[in-house]
Amino acid sequence: MMKNKEPQQWHDYDDGLVLLPDDGKKHFFDHRKNVRKIIRILFLSCAFLFLFDIVFIFEHKHLSFAEGEFPIEGWFGFYGVYGFVACVLLVLLAKHVMRTLLMRKEDYYDQ
Amino acid sequence: MINSLHPSLILFAGALILPLLRGNIRKAALVLAPVLGFINLLFLEPGAGMPLAYMGFELEFLRVDKLSLLFGYLFHIAAFLGAIYAMQVKDRVQLVAALLYAGSAVGVVFAGDLLTLFAFWELLALTSVFLIWARRSETSLASGIRYLLMHVSSGLLVLAGAALQYEQTGTLAFEQMTLEGLGAWLIFLGFGIKCAFPLLHTWLVDSYPEATPAGTVFLSSFTTKAAVYALARGFPGTDELVVIGTIMAMFPIFFAVIENDLRKVLGYSMINQIGFMVVGIGIGTPLAINGAVAHAFNDVIFKGLLFMTMGAVLLRTGRIKGTELGGLYKSMPITAGFCMVGAASISAFPLFSGFVSKSMVMAAAGLEGHQWVWLFLLFASAGVFHHAGIKIPFFAFFAHDSGIRTKEAPKSMLVAMGLAAFICVFNGSFPAFLYSLMPFPVDYVPYTLTHVVAQTQLLFFSALAFTSLMLLRIYPPELRSTNLDFDWFYRMGGRLIYRGSDLILNTFNSAIFEVFLPVLVGTLRRFFREAPSHIVAGVLMPIWMIQSKSRNEIEQKKQDLYEKARLGAFPIGLTACLAVLLLGILFLF
Repeated sequence: MMKNKEPQQWHDYDDGLVLLPDDGKKHFFDHRKNVRKIIRILFLSCAFLFLFDIVFIFEHKHLSFAEGEFPIEGWFGFYGVYGFVACVLLVLLAKHVMRTLLMRKEDYYDQ
Repeated sequence: MINSLHPSLILFAGALILPLLRGNIRKAALVLAPVLGFINLLFLEPGAGMPLAYMGFELEFLRVDKLSLLFGYLFHIAAFLGAIYAMQVKDRVQLVAALLYAGSAVGVVFAGDLLTLFAFWELLALTSVFLIWARRSETSLASGIRYLLMHVSSGLLVLAGAALQYEQTGTLAFEQMTLEGLGAWLIFLGFGIKCAFPLLHTWLVDSYPEATPAGTVFLSSFTTKAAVYALARGFPGTDELVVIGTIMAMFPIFFAVIENDLRKVLGYSMINQIGFMVVGIGIGTPLAINGAVAHAFNDVIFKGLLFMTMGAVLLRTGRIKGTELGGLYKSMPITAGFCMVGAASISAFPLFSGFVSKSMVMAAAGLEGHQWVWLFLLFASAGVFHHAGIKIPFFAFFAHDSGIRTKEAPKSMLVAMGLAAFICVFNGSFPAFLYSLMPFPVDYVPYTLTHVVAQTQLLFFSALAFTSLMLLRIYPPELRSTNLDFDWFYRMGGRLIYRGSDLILNTFNSAIFEVFLPVLVGTLRRFFREAPSHIVAGVLMPIWMIQSKSRNEIEQKKQDLYEKARLGAFPIGLTACLAVLLLGILFLF
């Protein structure tokens, strides 16, 4: 029922829905080269940010917790590693556990 | 001395004259109402009030202090942005509902007693549901009814709680409460429904994706933030809120990753953001409350912005599912840009608004030594970047090209998005102004080297994780699907009850039908038709026997008698005789 639903026309808007033919123009991300460039910039920034923690060997780090209460926060590269691991965990759990348990057909509630 | 009107009145008045106006004048009125309301608000001084004695209750319609003023400003700004966004909407129902809804939200934050609070609280529900129904589809109608049920119950809980509180304390004043006694718990639960506490959250992700493009922008601004205000006013420092908030920050991000409907993804990320605010209120220190309130302010703007961009996509393409979109940066580059500003703000990139407010809650959690809470919130911060920061812009505007080519969003929408984006960057870059509006003096400094570096590391490595998983093809593709949430229990549970009662009641019904109609009714029918003749035959039989008639003759007489009984053809004299006999018997006894 839902699958081949036509795009919704808006009763309350004059020129709401506009679908045009492709003009065939090439855009920024149509070139693989540009995508690769962006990915390379991301990898380099991550490497730079990771190594930036060296500064905090010399500079005092303002931690969220009181001095000595939760030293993990001040470890070298803590935030980077935590962010990476958190996202990978998040995706794997969502993909394997949540989808298995909770995913149903799109028209599940309409049946 | 009051030298201004009740702040809700101007918005209500705007809503009332709106249907009478046409064309450009209506557009102007729509936008002017929040502006005039805002100017009126500027004349309100802390401490002003509008007390009213009603049926023996002391009501207070207007409690003005820094907290209520801040939310008052916020709701007027949100109404203003929403009005610009909705300027070209022709459907008067939506526009009137939107202004009434904004006025009710303003009424909530200035309510000084529980009865006034209840009245505006229910008005919030009644006015906002029209923004869902305005989509005029079957699913939005059903979803709106579920929404209304949840919200009306929320109001009833508040009312019941208020009654119990009044009985206990003898006052209806809406002040700080502790979670002792049934009354306080009921109010807490009533607030919790509107605030989308875990398990009570389903109305949000159920209905927000069903509303119209402009409707969702309004919806996302008021209801939940009014509830955040109510919690900040009524239950600051309640330990339970720390746990509840942490769960709220955590669980929606998992749903958001697998969800296909992009406005539903934003709904989940909204619960996640409210989680931060609820934690802040639960911690209850001045820094934490400031953080919660500041984040509520920023969230209204950046979440509104994100809903605006998705609304524009839905308006232009008629689609909003990740599976059907992609590559829209080619036709809607400006919208894509604004979407990325919203994404950067919700992800708390330095210079964007989330950075200066979310971190206050994190810092407060750290200062109070909540290690687990802090770790979970940090996880949620990485997660929110992952699904709201990357997923929303990526699947709508980039990813694989869906082949859809369309026009840039309408101008009025672009203006609204631009203003919202400006506020996001302004608050993020110059937090001093926002901080000056806070209920408590702020001495928090967001821009330290450590904080900037740590947050940037967190976000860049989250982006790295996303990119790596994409390149390695581990990232789950968007799938057309329905993902079950807690509303299964009442949506399918409702069906189960329906089927159960169908089974039990209808089986009972048909069993009764089968027993009653042929057996009971048939027996009675036969009894009344045939009994008299049988009785008469029984009485006459001995007489005939005495007359010593033959077996055949007796049988013949009996058949004659039955035939006469069937036709009702007894001689009148006989009937009269029997009647007299019966009366005689009755007389004797």
